[in-house]
Amino acid sequence: MIKKTIRFSWLALVLLFMYVPVLTLMVYSFTDTSVIGTSGNFSLKNYVTLFTTEELSEMIRGTFVLAVGSAAIAAVLGTVGAIGAFYSRSAGRRALNFLNQIPVVNAEVVTGFSLCVLLIVVFGRSKETFFPLVAGHVVLEAPFVYLSVLPRLKQMDNSIYEAARDLGAGAASALFRVVLPQLIPGIVSGFMLAVTLSLDDYFITTYTKPATFDTISTYVVNATRGSHTEIKTALWALSSVIFVLILAVVLAGNFVTGKRMEGENDR
Amino acid sequence: MKLRFSRKQLGIPYAVFLVCFVAAPLLVVLYYAFTNGEGRFTVQNFANFFTSPNTIGTLCYSLAVAVAATFCCVVIAYPTAYILARSNLRRKTVLLVLFIAPMWINFTLRVAALKEVLTVLEGNLAYHPFLNTVLGMTYDFLPFMILPLYTTLEKLDDSYLEAAADLGADGVVTFLKVTLPLSMPGLISGVTMVFLPSMTNYVILDMLYNSTYIMGSLIGSYFNAYDWHSGSMISIVLLAIIFVITWATNGFGEEETSRGAIL
Repeated sequence: MIKKTIRFSWLALVLLFMYVPVLTLMVYSFTDTSVIGTSGNFSLKNYVTLFTTEELSEMIRGTFVLAVGSAAIAAVLGTVGAIGAFYSRSAGRRALNFLNQIPVVNAEVVTGFSLCVLLIVVFGRSKETFFPLVAGHVVLEAPFVYLSVLPRLKQMDNSIYEAARDLGAGAASALFRVVLPQLIPGIVSGFMLAVTLSLDDYFITTYTKPATFDTISTYVVNATRGSHTEIKTALWALSSVIFVLILAVVLAGNFVTGKRMEGENDR
Repeated sequence: MKLRFSRKQLGIPYAVFLVCFVAAPLLVVLYYAFTNGEGRFTVQNFANFFTSPNTIGTLCYSLAVAVAATFCCVVIAYPTAYILARSNLRRKTVLLVLFIAPMWINFTLRVAALKEVLTVLEGNLAYHPFLNTVLGMTYDFLPFMILPLYTTLEKLDDSYLEAAADLGADGVVTFLKVTLPLSMPGLISGVTMVFLPSMTNYVILDMLYNSTYIMGSLIGSYFNAYDWHSGSMISIVLLAIIFVITWATNGFGEEETSRGAIL
């Protein structure tokens, strides 16, 4: 009994540490005060600012367009790369695995900086073209797509592909209609991971972004430096919205997979 | 034979992409690190780094921060992961999700929230720079330590623990001789996922109290000063540290990473 209480209080303490800051901001996002710890009146002005300020909505839209767009490119590249690597001889596969692992273990600062030096300093590419920014995000994401597709390929029963070929399917159509469908769970989770990596990135973005473009990360960092309290408190509202959305999505996803597992156990 | 050949070629676009955007940038950085403004070979950049008290101090400070933050994460995350994985809690997965969910929330938003709360508690955050840095890092990276530890502890076979108990080991001995060694893979991947970012994530300090006293921020300041050579040199130093850690933990050999297992 005592053991159970200790366990529970430990978990509760850690959860408190993890959630108190965000929850505090959430409470204060519904008030008209701009200083945490002081009392204020209930107000929705932060949410009004968040949803009506052109600058903010443009920044949020830009962040998501960049995340989804770069993740789509990364999903295609990473998947095709994983299929190629899987069927290559071991030397080729090992080389590809090694190169793929570099961005995974590397610090984002170094990835961003080195890309910036190559594309902007050496090749004189303008950041305003968005090319360095998108390339940087794809570099960050594609290796994770590759890593989530590869295990799927290993699990796959290769005789199905051979059967399709025996039954007269061309190499391309066997690949698209037999191999690819089996990889979809891996591709989807790789894509989702790519989106969250892009949304969370700060370093690659600062080193490669056009001067006037901001993602949530770079915008928030600038806003905490500045003294613009109206923007600062509107960002509290943004945190709250994102927090609730993430929690809802994750818990819903958990609920769905939990149900599915229960169903499988019943059989 | 022909069929294998055609599928193998699918690797080429990705290989070209990796060479152009991963290998080439690093080679360019290597070149810049060993040349000066006139493009001549020099080790002056490194000599400056290791003789300047400012830069070498930053390196030591970053290492200390990274060690402290990693230690705090382990101390908090291990019991948490252990309780989550080993006890018969109802709704265990929902609880786990609560512990992992913060890693999907943009880290700058979370650090901004932490700053607000800490300011209420402490006043000026610059009075306790080391404490706040470690606190910020721990707060930010904790989920990345809990998840890999949970994954390995969850897979731990109960029969090992029963065998240890049958052979007369008490709880402490069982933990030290059975549970801990078997959870090493999770511990190692958690440590690499916390240690390296702690050395390089300078935004956390910058947001908390406008400090730039960490390895990553040296790159940032050289970047802002258009000093590509010194920035490249710092990148190479960081790469060397990363390479040693990754090699020591065999991160190049494994195809699956714990970060890949997030979803």
